Amino acid sequence: MKQFEQRKFTIGILIILVGILLLSRLFYIQVIEDKYKVSAENNSQRIITNYPARGLIYDRNGKLLVSNQATYDLMVIPRRVKNIDIKDFCKILDIDTLTFNKKLKKCKRYSQYRPSIFMPQINYETYAILQEKMHKFQGFFVQTRTLRKYQYNSAAHVLGYIAEVNNREIKKNSYYTMGDYIGKSGVEYTYEKYLRGVKGRTINLVDVHNRIKGKYKNGAYDIHPVIGSNIKLTIDIDLQMYAEKLMQNKRGSVVAIEPSTGEILAKVSAPSYDPNLFVGNLRNKYYRIYRKDKNKPLFDRAMMATYPPGSIFKLPQALIALEEGVINENTEFPCHGGYQVGNFRLKCHVHSSPLDLKHSIQQSCNAYYCYTFRRILEQEKYKRPREAYKVWRQYIKSFGFDSKLGVDIPYERSGFIPNVKYWDKKYRTQRWKALNIISLSIGQGDILITPLQMANMGASIANRGYYKTPHIVKEISNNTIDSSYVNLHKVNISKEYFKPVIEGMEMAVNKPKGTGRLAYTKDIDICGKTGTVQNPHGADHSVFLAFAPKDNPKIALIIYVENGVWGSRYAAPIAGLLIEKYLKGNISKSKKGLEKRMVEADLITEKE
Amino acid sequence: MQRKAINIFKNLDYISILLYLALVFMGWLNIYAAVYNDEYNSIIDISQKYGKQLMWIFITFGFIAAILLIDSKVYSLGSYFIYGLMMLVLVSVLFLGKEVNGARSWFQLGFIKFQPAEFAKFATCLAMAKFMSRFNFKMMTFKNLILLGIICFTPAALIILQNDTGSALVYTSFVLVFYRQGLPGIILGLMFIAVAIFILTLITSSLITLSIILLGGVLGYYIVNKNKKECFFSIIFISIIFSLTKLCFYLFDIDKSDYKILLYSALFFLPFALIYSFKKRIKYALISIVIISGAIGFNSSVHYIFENVLEKHQSQRIKIMLGIESDPYGKGYNVNQSKIAIGSGGLTGKGFLKGTQTKYDFVPEQSTDFIFCTIGEEWGFGGSFVVISIFLTLILRLIFLAERQRSRFSRIYGYGVASIFIFHLAINIGMTIGLAPVIGIPLPFFSYGGSSLLSFSILLFIFIKLDSNRLELFG
Ligand SMILES: [Zn+2]
Repeated sequence: MKQFEQRKFTIGILIILVGILLLSRLFYIQVIEDKYKVSAENNSQRIITNYPARGLIYDRNGKLLVSNQATYDLMVIPRRVKNIDIKDFCKILDIDTLTFNKKLKKCKRYSQYRPSIFMPQINYETYAILQEKMHKFQGFFVQTRTLRKYQYNSAAHVLGYIAEVNNREIKKNSYYTMGDYIGKSGVEYTYEKYLRGVKGRTINLVDVHNRIKGKYKNGAYDIHPVIGSNIKLTIDIDLQMYAEKLMQNKRGSVVAIEPSTGEILAKVSAPSYDPNLFVGNLRNKYYRIYRKDKNKPLFDRAMMATYPPGSIFKLPQALIALEEGVINENTEFPCHGGYQVGNFRLKCHVHSSPLDLKHSIQQSCNAYYCYTFRRILEQEKYKRPREAYKVWRQYIKSFGFDSKLGVDIPYERSGFIPNVKYWDKKYRTQRWKALNIISLSIGQGDILITPLQMANMGASIANRGYYKTPHIVKEISNNTIDSSYVNLHKVNISKEYFKPVIEGMEMAVNKPKGTGRLAYTKDIDICGKTGTVQNPHGADHSVFLAFAPKDNPKIALIIYVENGVWGSRYAAPIAGLLIEKYLKGNISKSKKGLEKRMVEADLITEKE
Repeated sequence: MQRKAINIFKNLDYISILLYLALVFMGWLNIYAAVYNDEYNSIIDISQKYGKQLMWIFITFGFIAAILLIDSKVYSLGSYFIYGLMMLVLVSVLFLGKEVNGARSWFQLGFIKFQPAEFAKFATCLAMAKFMSRFNFKMMTFKNLILLGIICFTPAALIILQNDTGSALVYTSFVLVFYRQGLPGIILGLMFIAVAIFILTLITSSLITLSIILLGGVLGYYIVNKNKKECFFSIIFISIIFSLTKLCFYLFDIDKSDYKILLYSALFFLPFALIYSFKKRIKYALISIVIISGAIGFNSSVHYIFENVLEKHQSQRIKIMLGIESDPYGKGYNVNQSKIAIGSGGLTGKGFLKGTQTKYDFVPEQSTDFIFCTIGEEWGFGGSFVVISIFLTLILRLIFLAERQRSRFSRIYGYGVASIFIFHLAINIGMTIGLAPVIGIPLPFFSYGGSSLLSFSILLFIFIKLDSNRLELFG
């Protein structure tokens, strides 16, 4: 290796060159250039972040739902704390010296030279006194922040909440720095970009006594804050609150949509929580409490819970059968306590037989839909049920099932409509029979649908064949809402087939023997359909889908009452009350007794 | 036994040890200064930092004593074992480590935290030296290059997985060792050219850089072959193609930047140049054209690498270093504040414990990555000069020692140690004065932290031990 020995000189020279490079740069910075010396003199700058007011949130009628309240955090930079009168200081804050030392020590442990919160959210009076004497308390200053204030203890899941950004969010978006607030759920999350505005920055020069001497470079590096945009929701807060009242002490959800626009009028997940408890540093405490609650108040059942649809699924089944031409509105099927083929039997309740289509909806006959579903799947033209099922699934998907609708509230679930592969796997053959999956005919079995999707189907039926994507925001000041909320989504069913189905729904509420009689409301032509979701863990869930008025519908809604046993028991009367409240503004006298019963019904504590 | 122990101390290189002790002592004083506070009531926090460092210094001295007492054959014979063990530790920290600031690179053992990436340095250095000291080792064979690559890139890759890219870059410094052991000088030159093209493209433009590459090629050709006519002709040739293409594009309304047009012209010219030089049997024709093509290709992909390969914060740091982007209160805050602190030191400094910039909130991480600010501020250019000179003397001394080794293992290891030190010195001080991007690596013996002090000391003293046994032949 002797041949390369000379290279030691090259390497040595290289190392010396690196040294010379560093030293000459240092010589330049330290000895020649004056800029840095001057900088050091006025380097006593304090950067103040100016948080703009977050946008306000209103309901569809312009009622203020969410506003801001100022809070004052007492901050400290431990290194700068110097010769202060601790006694006086403690007196103003109403703490003892021991607490003072403890708090200061805690701040020091965080950082000597970065500001940390000495005492959060001091009240305005304390703030005013402190502000006057601030020059005496070097190292301390007050940072003004705005927190959310909720005018109504309502709509928590819709509105969401804001909280300090976490590390992941800071990494994802460079706009945020430690201590900023960000929308974590609900509208606050989806419309964060509009609501937050743009934060500003002021760089002040301070003297040795920490007094502000003016702006750094006349504000050349300052940024002016931009106020957040206000937002108008589609929610009707009166309806929302009334729905929450009816759902109190129950588990379940309510989703009400204006069919013609897709605007969500009310969205309840019960039990809920008080949004005012999720403000500022209260949040940590209550979040922990709520998270442990076995009734899951933080879980948004309206969009995240998925259930088999139960008897309400008979509506799309009837529509698909009509569209495929396997029945017409006069087709009758017999039912003597159920549907029976060989050893297979699916029960039904007692009613007259045979029934035609409208009456099958009115009285919710199970047998009728077993016949109908078999006819759909066993059509000659599709050769195999497997092929027919593919066609059927396309119809079902056109109602918005099995995929996220695209609502502007986070954490929506897509539900589940099995594809043929799922059945192939389950029955270990591609030659499964209609009878294998017959329970789908009445909405039981391996399908899952969210309450929001059900409400959307209600809107599609009310519109006789189309829906608009459900959404929660009506207007954003100085901005337009997403154009996708104006687009029309066609359901693959011709308009004429809705007539008998809707008439059946009308009869269910308004004619004797109808399963939804308890939703009946004088002077309002309500169309509805009951459902019962089988619940292997306890009492069945009570479900009701309705829209009103029959012609030119203004509201379509779905009610889920968990463990409510039958669709007619709780869900139907609650639906009737909500429709009356929305269309008339108040509840008629004759219904006050029913209202009281619903409000007082307690399905949570009863069980325990 | 007695005699042997005396021999050990007799053969030690006291110059290196004195330089080392000087650095450690100054390092400790600086940590004391960086966290010192003459204001009231802050003893607890502070005593922890400089007290802890003092404790680490004593622990380190213990390790040094052990290193000197262990038979030096252990380092050579056990090098692969130590290396394997350290790689296992690096893997396990990925799963069991403690996450600090988004990097999972720490182990917590009781109250002691340590960073395995620091200790991987000496282990890798040992393994590399062992591998390259094999009998009849030739640097430039395919198999050896691959194996050497594996030895050096394994720890680097594992450290990148810990989200600590800065510490991983240290291994690039081994290129100096490879160079000493026979890596062709041209590769070192090419690396230099690549860095130059990268920086030039970013601070000027692709077009200007491409023009400089082409002119550089012609100039190089002139220096080698001294043929004015051919050089002149080449420039004319490219200019004519460029003008014609531009005219055509203009007439047919094709929208292409001047850079693209010059790129096409150059690519059009190169095959002609290749054929011509083959016919004329011109020296180094193929290699020169390959290098120029490579440079052109690299130049065209700089922006792509910068935007898509590097992470956003990395490219931002480079922009700030090159002065393309200035954001003194955002991403550039650290560097700007550290320059102010160092610059305010002047020629003679403000005096021990008198620094104001590093005392207050201005320089973040002032006791770790930005410790040099305290030196610059309190001791001025004079202090900076002394510290850098001591470092340089130590590194040059290491090279001198390496060259006097009879064993190739010891020599290569010594070069490895010197390379790691010069890399840390250049990058760490470079980043405090805006000459290098902020990649967060410590200044040996100065930055606060037990892992770094201990690992650099181990690295150094293994070599001093090897050197003390240089007369015994082994390995
Ligand atoms: Zn029946």
